[in-house]
Amino acid sequence: MAYINGIGIISPQNTLPGSGFLEPVVEQTADFLKCIEPVYKTYIDPLAARRLSRLIKMGISSARICIRDAGIEMPDAIITGTGLGSIEDTEKILGEMRQEERFLNPTPFIQSTYNTISSQIAINLKCHHYNSTYVHRAFSFESCLVDAMLQLEEGSSENVLAGGIDEMTINHLSIIRRLGDWKRGPMSNLDLWRSDTPGALAGEGAAYFILSLKKTGSTYATVETAETLYKPASSEQTAGFIKEFLYQHGLSPEDIDLVMMGNNGNMEHDQVCEDIISLALPRASKVLYKHLCGEYHTVSGFALYTASNILRGQSIPGALQLESPAPDRINNILIHNHFRNVDHAFILVRR
Amino acid sequence: MGNHVMITGYGIISSIGLNAGDVLGSLIDGRSGIGEITRFQTIHKGNLPLAEVSKSNEELLSICGLQGRKDYTRTALLGIIAAKQAAEMAGIKPDKAIPTGLVSATTVGGMDRSENFYASFRENPLKGRLRDVINHDCGDSTERIAEILGIWDFVTTISTACSSSANAIMLGAELIRAGKLGRVIAGGTDAVTRFTLNGFNTLMILDKEGCRPFDENRAGLTIGEGAAFLVLESEDLAVKQGKKIYGIVSGYANANDAYHQTASSPEGTGASLAMSGALEMSGLKPSDINYINAHGTGTQNNDLSEGIAIQKTFQEHVPPFSSTKSFTGHTLGAAGAIEAVISLLSIQHHCIFPNLRWTDRMKELQIEPVSMLIKDIDVKHVLSNSFGFGGNSSSLIFSDVNT
Repeated sequence: MAYINGIGIISPQNTLPGSGFLEPVVEQTADFLKCIEPVYKTYIDPLAARRLSRLIKMGISSARICIRDAGIEMPDAIITGTGLGSIEDTEKILGEMRQEERFLNPTPFIQSTYNTISSQIAINLKCHHYNSTYVHRAFSFESCLVDAMLQLEEGSSENVLAGGIDEMTINHLSIIRRLGDWKRGPMSNLDLWRSDTPGALAGEGAAYFILSLKKTGSTYATVETAETLYKPASSEQTAGFIKEFLYQHGLSPEDIDLVMMGNNGNMEHDQVCEDIISLALPRASKVLYKHLCGEYHTVSGFALYTASNILRGQSIPGALQLESPAPDRINNILIHNHFRNVDHAFILVRR
Repeated sequence: MGNHVMITGYGIISSIGLNAGDVLGSLIDGRSGIGEITRFQTIHKGNLPLAEVSKSNEELLSICGLQGRKDYTRTALLGIIAAKQAAEMAGIKPDKAIPTGLVSATTVGGMDRSENFYASFRENPLKGRLRDVINHDCGDSTERIAEILGIWDFVTTISTACSSSANAIMLGAELIRAGKLGRVIAGGTDAVTRFTLNGFNTLMILDKEGCRPFDENRAGLTIGEGAAFLVLESEDLAVKQGKKIYGIVSGYANANDAYHQTASSPEGTGASLAMSGALEMSGLKPSDINYINAHGTGTQNNDLSEGIAIQKTFQEHVPPFSSTKSFTGHTLGAAGAIEAVISLLSIQHHCIFPNLRWTDRMKELQIEPVSMLIKDIDVKHVLSNSFGFGGNSSSLIFSDVNT
């Protein structure tokens, strides 16, 4: 269990400091949902920023926004989840290398290393404490939360900075499109659930959180637990897994007021998401979220930002397209995320 | 105490041996795995040395019992071999009654195949075999290992550059100490790729002679490949099952240098914090440590920074130290786990392995590494360092169970 005492998020929606809560909703008609980026010089020395690639700048900026939001100076641990790290830098090297195997600029190589985001945040903050990076598909952000809670429980950290971050590039999209799980051309994100074409809509984002065992004036909500399940044999097994961890945390399925669904527009996978939730939590209200941020490995960071604000404000923004009447009180939210229906991840967030 | 984390099995594959027995033999005989490039396809063949695992992908597939499969990366195959050895040594079978986790680490993931994909893709976006790119991400090799070992309870992957698998072992130990899991298989795997070889080459930190850690005339590191895994179990579980215990994870710490993306601070801030943090957690004094398995990459910067940090942390009690990267090359994401296994071999076989190719003491240091094998020595506590790009600094302490 940990309190969320600060949030910094850069997403395809209006989520920068001073924005309303997913209001007004942002429509993008594009190949993938691109982040609305801040003016980086507000957060990073322009001289340093010039050498940094976009993903690293998004990471440092969202971390800085988060720390300011929590009203602290220095976190006691920095933990990042990223499915793919800096795709842009990786592609630069692979592109330059080709057959002749020569590339002269070491910067993309350095920045392509998955731990660069956590490291650059440490350098930016001059933070010498615990520093780690998780790189496991749809478990990347959830593993990072698991580690954050271990750091807090163990007593060595008071405030842990934990985040999920991934970017998309048109090059990378053109490769994964060939695998068949993604939308083949541009579309409006607001039409995602009406679309009859197969495949998910890709996106990107960065979301950092300050987690602590101490409640403060800026506390949003509580992360009760982050759970991961690798390769369940059936939706029944996944549903059983959900009920089991709810039970371990003193909750029954009826206690879940709202589920943030793992649907991403890939119809075959969306059906599995529906099956799992109707088996495990038949009475919970459901909202969709991936039409707002697109699909990427650490998309549950965006969902956790959303859940935290719903719990604090006790209202569900229209952008989330609630399917049933709003619950009177929202105490417990379950977030679902998955990777190709192989890796299933859940975050239980409480008021 | 009571909540000790016990090591009940380990596995290793590297350029100096395909299993722990072979690795031990090479370490004792002073046989380095660094040499001219034989298997790996690169324009640097004949120019740069490497520490390659001697087997081809086909041979690795056959060791894994996966003959004919076309969907495994070299990173995954190396990992499967080492993890299976570890599980077999610990007598582990897929068992629902004991929640088991897998924490793996890698820096390149499936890059050994995706770099081939990109070569074709760049010429024509419709070209390139998709099966060469679907395993690109770091989670793939971990899931392949999980699948073969039958682990479903907790599966994740860490990537913190050259300290990756030290952090995997640390997370495994934390999960057990917190009572979240009874058993964790933790380690790391990395294959040689053109991506990493050329990447380090652009930084001009590859020694054409083969790495010479802690030598005054050192000129860089040598890339290696391999994998290693430990089976970690809670004390209760290990004792209850009457398991043979090969060592205890008695201390660890993770810190950040927060100095520069690729260079270590001249005063070795991150390294000092990691070593002193691990000592503090273990409750041991510097004089209790019998051997330091150093990070010792052979680069100008690392060895100076680490050497200074060792002097600062251990003062007049600097124990014998060596970098076994002079045998295995720098296996990047696998290095922390490979050196953990070497630390356990040191405890179990009462010897301290030499730092090969060392001749001259660094002029900035008052200490020098062990350059000849030391036999019949009591090794109760070993400190193993793993430092990486981005200032990621981790130290682990392994202890003899009979201390």
